Amino acid sequence: MRVLIRPKEGILDAQGKAVETALPALGFEGIREVRVGRIVELEADSTERLEELCEKLLANPLIEDYEIVTPA
Amino acid sequence: MSVNWGVLQFPGSCDERDALNACLLATGGHGSARLVWHEETDLSGLDAIVVPGGFSYGDYLRAGAIAGLSPVMGAVADFAADGGPVLGICNGFQVLCEAELLPGALLDNTGTRFICRQGDLVVGDAESPFLTGLTAGETVSVPFKHQSGRFFAPPELLAEIEANRQVAFRYAPGQNPNGSLGDIAGVTNEAGNVLGLMPHPEHAVESFTGSTDGLALFRGVAGAIAGSPA
Repeated sequence: MRVLIRPKEGILDAQGKAVETALPALGFEGIREVRVGRIVELEADSTERLEELCEKLLANPLIEDYEIVTPA
Repeated sequence: MSVNWGVLQFPGSCDERDALNACLLATGGHGSARLVWHEETDLSGLDAIVVPGGFSYGDYLRAGAIAGLSPVMGAVADFAADGGPVLGICNGFQVLCEAELLPGALLDNTGTRFICRQGDLVVGDAESPFLTGLTAGETVSVPFKHQSGRFFAPPELLAEIEANRQVAFRYAPGQNPNGSLGDIAGVTNEAGNVLGLMPHPEHAVESFTGSTDGLALFRGVAGAIAGSPA
């Protein structure tokens, strides 16, 4: 399974901003709104407590949104 | 006044020795200070807890996140609920926020760089045993030394923090090093017995480092425990 975690809308993402700012000098034009998140890949015997894991540890709900992606 | 201090130690803590030193200096030989390993769950006999700076669990995932759920933090939550004084410094502040003992969160500095320099803080109007030796509006000089020190709270929470007078320290005008909302450098819980701040009072307790202003926090809580301001 995958948990995708990204900074909440409206919160300045310093990492994304640093990447975005560097792009023109690196020859990449026309790219905006870069946001950097992370992916946690995991295997779970049961997915019952996965929400709780996300809320309590993997993401900080004050500053991050998360999305649990189960394989098709 | 005799104070038994506990200084938490996580894998990756690096400021715990300076914190121990600050605790002992503040009580002038009438107290003790010991390290508390992150797997300990018994804090009996301790009068005050310091959660020191460093990089708990390597700061992987998010600064302070894994430490916030460690066994010792359950005991710290009980200790704080009973009114025990808890001071979180830098990573310790991050840990206390992640453990929901303090409001808000710490994000990467807006400049994305690690900051390491001496700076000034203005004491806020929060009521806390750690602030009994300081006056609101007073300026203290302490080291700023962090990567993820940008204090953030959603608007409603920020308004609550301000309305409840939970701001313990702000960066002096023009010195906000990290983009913290409201120039906030440190906050307390609603009761005031838990205080967290990004800058480092424990590195400013002896004159050879350029400032002894940090000692006031440790003396303040020692005085409060003894029942009178230090």
